[in-house]
Amino acid sequence: MSSDTLVTREPRGSSVPSRAPKIAWRLATVVDVVTETPRARTLVLDVPDWPGHRAGQHVDVRLTADDGYQAQRSFSIASAPEDVRIALTVQRLDDGEVSPHLTDVLRAGDRLELRGPIGGYFAWEAALGGPLLLVAGGSGIVPLMAMLRHRATALVAASMQARHGVPARLLYSARRWDDVFYRRELARLAEDDEALEVALTLTHEVPSGWTGFRRLIDRMMLAEIAWPPGERPQVFVCGPTPLVEAVAAALVELGHDPALVKTERFGPTGGSA
Amino acid sequence: MAESFISRGFRGRRQPSATAGRLPPGQYETSDFPVLSAGPTPRTPLTSWDFVLRGADGSVARWSWDEFQALPHVAIKLDIHCVSKWSKLDTIWEGVSVDTLLAEAAARGVKSAPYVLALSDGGYTTNLPLADVTGGKAWVAVNYDGAPLAPEHGGPARLLVPHLYFWKSAKWARQLRFMEHDKAGFWESFGYHNYGDPWREQRYTGDP
Amino acid sequence: MKGDIRKTADERGDERVGEALRLDGNAAAGLLSEIFVPDLTAAPVTCAYCGAIRALGALLVYAHGMGPVIRCPECGAVVLRVARIRNQLWLDPTGTRLVVMPEAAAPSGHQTHK
Repeated sequence: MSSDTLVTREPRGSSVPSRAPKIAWRLATVVDVVTETPRARTLVLDVPDWPGHRAGQHVDVRLTADDGYQAQRSFSIASAPEDVRIALTVQRLDDGEVSPHLTDVLRAGDRLELRGPIGGYFAWEAALGGPLLLVAGGSGIVPLMAMLRHRATALVAASMQARHGVPARLLYSARRWDDVFYRRELARLAEDDEALEVALTLTHEVPSGWTGFRRLIDRMMLAEIAWPPGERPQVFVCGPTPLVEAVAAALVELGHDPALVKTERFGPTGGSA
Repeated sequence: MAESFISRGFRGRRQPSATAGRLPPGQYETSDFPVLSAGPTPRTPLTSWDFVLRGADGSVARWSWDEFQALPHVAIKLDIHCVSKWSKLDTIWEGVSVDTLLAEAAARGVKSAPYVLALSDGGYTTNLPLADVTGGKAWVAVNYDGAPLAPEHGGPARLLVPHLYFWKSAKWARQLRFMEHDKAGFWESFGYHNYGDPWREQRYTGDP
Repeated sequence: MKGDIRKTADERGDERVGEALRLDGNAAAGLLSEIFVPDLTAAPVTCAYCGAIRALGALLVYAHGMGPVIRCPECGAVVLRVARIRNQLWLDPTGTRLVVMPEAAAPSGHQTHK
């Protein structure tokens, strides 16, 4: 999301509607398809009557062929709740049924059927405080990026003291430098904010001169990056199921309260098929 | 959505097929073999594995893994039809015919009964009429595609009943229990059809 | 986070295809939203078999085309299952003793922003 598409919405009131609407299927319009990496695209969408979302939530997307055949998959929302438009970052799985359509066929002006926002367990807002520890494997970075974007927006006018009140750390595992989503934005966010640290680990191939981690996330790496359990960080782990389960188990072994470690498993490859 | 919206340019995974005549109504052909389970993959070591046929009177015929492997095995080629609409054609398996197991059990005094409940490691169950596992219609398979059946596909042994929807082909099968009265299994008790004939599209309870 | 999860972490050298496919309660949230209006993923769910209490989002989901089977991460028992049977949604809650609805009746998305 470039800064010129950042349009802030009015904060919502605190009144509870007397009869809350069900999450309905809606037709969104594709505004833009942005290349993130060779295999990933961000879809920027205008959604009529979008009720707003919390960082970490997802939408279900449904595709319908002309013979009525349908396929449905879930995609995390990449954009901050403060944005009027929603953004989904989709990684193409070569043998996937839905993702190649979204990354290769969809274009500005097309409509896309979706419903949401879905999921209140894996969600964070600045009011919940920190420290905030985010651990991402592959496309698991998407919902965590929404959290970081929200955090940046929520704290933009705040004092440095307030920013230090919600310190955040991201540990992000990707295969190669070319697979890292939001590279420049993450660098800029970390540069502009002393209270945010971003650590990358590349597991398959590193560029020359690489000084970051170069292995799968393990207990030792987590011990180095995470706050001590006594700080009671809120933890969000997202990515392929094996990574998520190993990271969550390691954090609990290190002494973190399981109730503070929230997970979102994306399945075997971590991508959406 | 009131009117149906069509996604421009979307075809989905299905291939137009020369084999369309072999697909039951509402099915799409796939060339992969999706791993689909209701629970974690059980990992029973072969040294503790056994297969049991249990009569309605509680009498039991039991085979250890070695004893089971010593029974006559046959190779079969069959089509799989899953109620979630995918079908896989010409799959190759090897295993012991349920007819063989029944004959062996009868020789040990275990009598069959009109209904069968298949029980699996992990707690899964599915029910069938006896007539649907006899007469060359069912096997307990230990090999798939020339190799030992992988755990995620139901190994060491799974039931195969290809003329019915594939949820009846219980993975990780350990026991066939004969019953005087029918008893609904895991899916049959939760909205899925008690019999499950794909050619009559009997997917759900109440389908004719 | 014990039981199945720890075992998977220990056995990571192996190919554990079945386990790699499992999801968690977040994956069932869309389907559950067709039955329940408030989001349930944050709601504490009690396993009827072992008594463990977890947010639904933290439960294990095995989704395989016939309807998600939602299991307790402690003991593996089936806590909830949902299936779309023709044009109806069936919910089997026999594996849970109690689901506490989240206090705010507002659907996810309606939040007070500072």
